[in-house]
Amino acid sequence: MIESIAQQPILAALIALVGLGILFGALLGYAAEKFKVEGDPIVEQIDELLPQTQCGQCGFPGCKPYAESIASGDAINKCPPGGQSTINAIASLLDVPAPELDAEHGEEADLKTVAYIREDECIGCTKCIQACPVDAILGAAKLMHTVIADECTGCDLCVEPCPVDCIDMLPVEEGLKQWHWPAPLKTADLIASDRAPHSDEGRAA
Amino acid sequence: MTKTWVTPGGVHPPENKHQSLTLPIGALPIPEKLLVPLSQHIGAPANACVKVGQKVLKGQKIADATGSVSVPMHAPTSGTISAIEDRPIAHSSGMSAPCIEITSDGKDNWIDHEGIADFEHSSPQALTKIIADAGIAGMGGAGFPSAIKLSPGHRRPIDTLIVNATECEPYITADDSAIRERAAEIIEGIGILSHILGNPSNILIGIEDNKPEAIAALQPHVADSGISVVSFPTKYPSGGEKQLIYILTGKELASGTLPADAGMVCINIGTTYAIKRAVVNGEPLISRVTTMTGNACGINRNYETLIGTPVSHMLTHSEFNEAACSRLVMGGPMMGFSLTSADVPVVKTTNCILAPSYSEIPDDEPAQPCIRCGMCAEACPASLLPQQLFWYSQAEDHDRLEAHNLFDCIECGACSYVCPSNIPLVQHYRHSKGEILKAREEKVKSDHARERFEFHQQRMEQAEKDKEAKRAARREAAEKAKASTAAASGAGSAADIIAAAQARAAAKKVSPEQQQAKFERSIAGAEMRVQMATEKLAEAAADQTDEQKNILTAALDGAKQKLEQAQARLADHIEQHKELDSEQVK
Repeated sequence: MIESIAQQPILAALIALVGLGILFGALLGYAAEKFKVEGDPIVEQIDELLPQTQCGQCGFPGCKPYAESIASGDAINKCPPGGQSTINAIASLLDVPAPELDAEHGEEADLKTVAYIREDECIGCTKCIQACPVDAILGAAKLMHTVIADECTGCDLCVEPCPVDCIDMLPVEEGLKQWHWPAPLKTADLIASDRAPHSDEGRAA
Repeated sequence: MTKTWVTPGGVHPPENKHQSLTLPIGALPIPEKLLVPLSQHIGAPANACVKVGQKVLKGQKIADATGSVSVPMHAPTSGTISAIEDRPIAHSSGMSAPCIEITSDGKDNWIDHEGIADFEHSSPQALTKIIADAGIAGMGGAGFPSAIKLSPGHRRPIDTLIVNATECEPYITADDSAIRERAAEIIEGIGILSHILGNPSNILIGIEDNKPEAIAALQPHVADSGISVVSFPTKYPSGGEKQLIYILTGKELASGTLPADAGMVCINIGTTYAIKRAVVNGEPLISRVTTMTGNACGINRNYETLIGTPVSHMLTHSEFNEAACSRLVMGGPMMGFSLTSADVPVVKTTNCILAPSYSEIPDDEPAQPCIRCGMCAEACPASLLPQQLFWYSQAEDHDRLEAHNLFDCIECGACSYVCPSNIPLVQHYRHSKGEILKAREEKVKSDHARERFEFHQQRMEQAEKDKEAKRAARREAAEKAKASTAAASGAGSAADIIAAAQARAAAKKVSPEQQQAKFERSIAGAEMRVQMATEKLAEAAADQTDEQKNILTAALDGAKQKLEQAQARLADHIEQHKELDSEQVK
């Protein structure tokens, strides 16, 4: 048998190649099972970059669904709470050019806000509790509700369902703890002629 | 002569220390109102334990420490609490923070207090507690609660106690003058520290060689105490904790580690004096030595200043010329910050108030582009690459900033000092550090929000599933009930169904009269159509083609046929009924 194969080089080559094919195929198949990655890692990475306000301004019911949609080719500029910095981060992750924020989905807010319930006016309807995506509102039917400010993502979703309009979005107070050094003035602002009034002001004070 | 090591980088700015050393440490009259901020240290702000209107004595506790990293506050003089509210404090932001205002009664009456004369017989724990209760926080600048540094729980035993008397920043002479006048007490304080730490084998006082008088004052007191005074060449910034440790021991602390991890404790020399006063005299930390200097002041000297003294009070007693002053700085010219108001109080970390003239510290020159000269990298005492950090800071590239060890920057300002383009490098770094810390905080928050959102989703899904399961169970129960009733009514049902069907058929049946009328109507309709077709054919006869005539003729024939059929059906119907009627008659 072996001799007859050895005498026919084409057959020998064929057997060798097929044998190798089966061997590596089995190896790849095993590796694919053994080192299987659960879920889509790119979705996780995009989700990490999104701000997790769960506000739905992008048109998806939460940040994760939007991340999934981006992974399958959707535009990356639909997230107003994340703003340009999030767009830039996703763009560099996906290695695509960073577009401007799509105005259709809203504008980037200057200030972070949290919901605040005017508790005297609350009628205890529980509608805001149902609307809150992160369970940051406490209360029960016919009892006053209140927002846990630390858990609130400022998504706005509770404002609209309130039948008595007692929810305000208040800017987060910036205290000493939140303060950090501002960036130095840009060189353009420091041209001598631009600077003159500014520095006089400083002297007067 | 003890061996010292040389740190990388560093600069030699004009020292300007002699101005404030011509006079001994002075005392200021007690200000009318003192303002004690509740947060003068690193950690949680203290919690006020007095009420507005309450009378307090000098040294009485007015605020409790909250949590483990915090220190209490004490009344700097006797008087009445006149306010507990937010006031502008000495902070680079110029913001307000909670403060206790004391209106002085001018009597300066001490509360009853007593020290421990022979501390050697007290346990380290008891001494540490005294230090904590005295509200002592690092007086070199950072304000870290001293008791924590001295507490047990170190990963390894402390073998080196380093006392920082470097005072490397220009203008500041608070430590220098304190050593000259209070060397004995300072050494006693070091003795207390040594006792608390279990008598470490090395006790080093690190001091720059530009303070020969201070070194001379210390020498006689350390003779047989095992404490060595180590002087080394003057260079800014030798007084940074990591820099001083390297200079004295040659050991480099890894990034992010504390001296305690290397078996060392590093403490400011002003703090050792406060510790002596607290332990031996029983006095809490209510005053400190602060340098008042700068050309805009007629008198340059050090004052024993009560904590909470407004800066303006110091200025009025130092012949301050406001018009000549370019800015008010708390701290030194390298690491200090400009004050937005002179009403802010002196705190436990205030070592200097600098009121320079315009020629001393002019306004900042406009920043020019970076020319990559590399002078900042040569000056950096932490061996960082300031020019790279500057690029990445401008580009807000946080990953690269961290990769270039931005957080090892001690913000000494040596790079900004040497920069030929006047770039405010340190402010860029401070800004970037703030941004990175903020981003980290936000990341933690957003992760938390994600977790909560996912839990919320899961709960909603579970609720939906439960509802669906309930609905299915109900449907099944209904079907079962139906089947059981059907089985109960049983066999009689077939006959019922037939009867019901017959009843329905009977209801549908029409009477013979109605049938006849229907036939008659159809005959009338057919007659009408025949007539119309005949008329059309007559009209068309004149001018239509043969083909169309044929169509019309066919239509007429059809109509005639239908008429005949209808007449035949009516005839049949009448015939049938006659027979039926006759049968019924019979």
